[in-house]
Amino acid sequence: MVTKNLVRVKVNGQDCEAEIEPRLLLAHFIRDVLGLTGTHVGCDTTNCGACTVILDGRPVKSCTVFAVQAEGREIRTIEGVANHGQLHPLQEGFKEEHGLQCGFCTPGMILSAYALLEKNPHPTEEEIRWGISGNLCRCTGYQNIVKAVQYAANKMSGEKHAA
Amino acid sequence: MLHKTSPEIGGMGHSVKRKEDLRFVQGKGTYVEDVRLPGMVYGQMVRSPYAHARIKAIRTEEARKLPGVLAVITGQDLEKAGLSWMPTLFHDKQMVLATGKVLFQSQEVAFVVAEDRYTAADAAELVEVDYEDLPVLVDPHRALDADAPILREDREEKTNHIFHWEVGDRKATESVLQSAPVKAKLDAFFPRCHPAPLETCGCVADYNSATGKLTVWETSQAPHAHRTLFALVAGLPENNIRIIAPDIGGGFGNKVPIYPGYVCAVVASLQLGRPVKWIETRSENLQSTGFARDYHMTAELAADRDGKLRGLRVKTLADHGAFNAAAQPSKFPAGLFSICTGSYDFATAFCEVDGVYTNKAPGGIAYRCSFRVTEAAYLIERAMDVLAQELKMDPVELRLKNFIPGDKFPYQSPLGWSYDSGDYHAAMNLALEKIGYRDLRKQQEDKRKNGELMGIGVSSFTEIVGAGPAHTFDIVGIKMFDSCEIRVHPTGKAIARMGTKAQGQGHETTFAQIIAQELGIPVADITVEEGDTDTAPYGLGTYASRSTPVAGAATSMASRKIRDKARKIAGHLLEVSEEDLEWEPGKFYVKGAPSKSKTIQEIAFAAYTNLPPGLEAGLEAVHYYDPPNLTFPFGTYICVVDIDKGTGEVKVRRFVAVDDCGNIINPMIVEGQIHGGLTEGLAIAFMQEIAYDENGNIQGGTFMDYLVPTAVETPNWETDKTCTPSPHHPLGAKGVGESPNVGSPAAFVNAVVDALAHLGVRHIDMPITPWKVWQILKAKGVAE
Repeated sequence: MVTKNLVRVKVNGQDCEAEIEPRLLLAHFIRDVLGLTGTHVGCDTTNCGACTVILDGRPVKSCTVFAVQAEGREIRTIEGVANHGQLHPLQEGFKEEHGLQCGFCTPGMILSAYALLEKNPHPTEEEIRWGISGNLCRCTGYQNIVKAVQYAANKMSGEKHAA
Repeated sequence: MLHKTSPEIGGMGHSVKRKEDLRFVQGKGTYVEDVRLPGMVYGQMVRSPYAHARIKAIRTEEARKLPGVLAVITGQDLEKAGLSWMPTLFHDKQMVLATGKVLFQSQEVAFVVAEDRYTAADAAELVEVDYEDLPVLVDPHRALDADAPILREDREEKTNHIFHWEVGDRKATESVLQSAPVKAKLDAFFPRCHPAPLETCGCVADYNSATGKLTVWETSQAPHAHRTLFALVAGLPENNIRIIAPDIGGGFGNKVPIYPGYVCAVVASLQLGRPVKWIETRSENLQSTGFARDYHMTAELAADRDGKLRGLRVKTLADHGAFNAAAQPSKFPAGLFSICTGSYDFATAFCEVDGVYTNKAPGGIAYRCSFRVTEAAYLIERAMDVLAQELKMDPVELRLKNFIPGDKFPYQSPLGWSYDSGDYHAAMNLALEKIGYRDLRKQQEDKRKNGELMGIGVSSFTEIVGAGPAHTFDIVGIKMFDSCEIRVHPTGKAIARMGTKAQGQGHETTFAQIIAQELGIPVADITVEEGDTDTAPYGLGTYASRSTPVAGAATSMASRKIRDKARKIAGHLLEVSEEDLEWEPGKFYVKGAPSKSKTIQEIAFAAYTNLPPGLEAGLEAVHYYDPPNLTFPFGTYICVVDIDKGTGEVKVRRFVAVDDCGNIINPMIVEGQIHGGLTEGLAIAFMQEIAYDENGNIQGGTFMDYLVPTAVETPNWETDKTCTPSPHHPLGAKGVGESPNVGSPAAFVNAVVDALAHLGVRHIDMPITPWKVWQILKAKGVAE
């Protein structure tokens, strides 16, 4: 009989708990146990970053974290980026600047950019490119993703300024 | 002339923001892996570690004993149902699960089904297979040797030769090559590469034993064709099969074929009466599903001393792997490779291709490519540079001298194509101006004096897309038309369904724009649906840049049928005859009295409430479009590189892409496609290869060693366009998604070779890795 562990995490502000196998990957926990399917899995070697979520403020590839390692911690997934139906400036930026095509890399890409802007609200183009360098996109060639992040950075600094 | 529409309507030429993005940016798309059904179980493939081996025994008892395991299916089990082999899309068959022997590493050997994915993976480890090694055939050049092992014991012909195909005038070309004062020869290998869409392939198969209905959610670029093949192969009634291709995370040709995993999931669902999900891993995707290219090509050019081209001869050896699973029109064993005369006015040409089997994964799919056009464009654009070197002539000058002149369109190529339209000089001149070609050549000269390595590469490609006319084009017998059905609701909103299936191309927006253009209904009021075979009209799907040329045309024609009916209704409402009405997007008005008008919305309402006598109710139409010809997009790409003499690293300093895809539906989306295709071209030129060692072990079977460029390696692309409409497409459009992937590899390679030309370098095969460059620098004595 496989032993199961209780894991308690806060996901997008909500407390969740489940009995899980210790080997369950965080990506599968989020998708299969919590039913949050916006987190995607695109590889098996920690290269693609489609599964990126934010764990206690840091972007992590959730395919390379065990769910039990998230015990007691806070997770933000793509489903928790918009604010009460209002798109986050990054989500808006991706749409406005055509920063996505098939959409598969988009959630992970947005979360990496989210973490980047938290740390560095005014990144240069090079800093943006390095900031999303753990996320692969096969469709866009990144150019419009860079613009999308710049759009968000501008909008967010404008909002702060206005406030 | 196309009507201009307002931004609110959003017809042709507007950069309308994509309708599909709202769900994607919120993680609310529905990809196959997101489909969860009650009672769903998971399938896992057991794969061969050997490239060529006889299967002595498969022991499944231990796997079956594991709690949670529901079934272990082997080739022998499938044999009983007549399903151990399935037809490929190209006159061959492929093992679903191996029986007798395996023919490539990672081949499918058994399929395990369990209650959850982890148990399925555990059980797959417990399946024991005894193999006996067989000699492995890796090098296609050795495939026809007398001592080469014969791979396909199932075939009557005991040879590894699959096909010979030729086109053009062999004798005339030979004599031109013999008599021409200048000749240039290029041996070029286009390596095996893989589309690697970010979402891998997978499905959820759900057989309902009560109704007899089989529903399969599938990562498919061609759901209708898949339905028909399932019906023909599995013997299920086609009305009881429903294929649903939901959101697809990129395809690039990888998701055209039917893979063993789909068949196994269907068999398992039939057997268990439960929904079965099978999603391959990235490594399985790279190692077993449709690869592309793997063409060993030789081009010989004949020319006069002034550079005027006289003839082209091409000989190619195609490595198809273990099964010929090329996904291409049935009359074209080498796809549309005969577009290899490119943008140039050749009087004489000859092209031949031989296909062979090797112990490698099957495929030969059209990776972001209209069936071997990428290989063809690469070969001719590379060969033109070799000839320019031979002639000591500027490669731009050589191209300008030999372009098909504008007044020769429609142009009959010596290998049988009728190019619809083109203005190659215009695209070239714009690219030269944009990049500042003359200044760059001067700069290169100066840098060479200082020992610095800088190169400029030009590629002026011609594409052939939009397959295709029914008289010539079919896939497994099904003609390559495509379709659109439009229903306009009483309130003037509309839904359109297509035979195509987007994988990121933005069809929900662009096809709505075509309807907006034709009917004046705002894009915001139009829903476009694709991928559900129970609701959409039959079509051949999305690949080979065929959606706009074929389904886009069908959308236009279906809209026009609706407009014809709307005109009758408008005449009735305005109490004038149809001939007295004029159309502008969104309304009919009385000639000479523009204030007397009826909007399309008013007409739609009347179609259900106030019809003229004798007219059928409703406002809908369906159109199946058979294109009269293919379309021929083109462009000129210019790349500037600098090479680091210490590391061999090539840095792309600038890249200008001038594309001409005729009239554009959505400039923002076209530009996005070009960015993406150039990035894939960059990867192919510099990073990617699915190579095999001498034992048939895959080198490049994971993202650890099959590299995808990140945002850091990818340069900023500079794009521009010329516009030469297609004369036969109802909207003058041509198709564009693949042009950047077709045209760019030659530009990159030409730039690198140009940087090293003064050292005596004539050609370097892709991928041009830093290691490869450094070895050349070392050999030439210039490495630092």
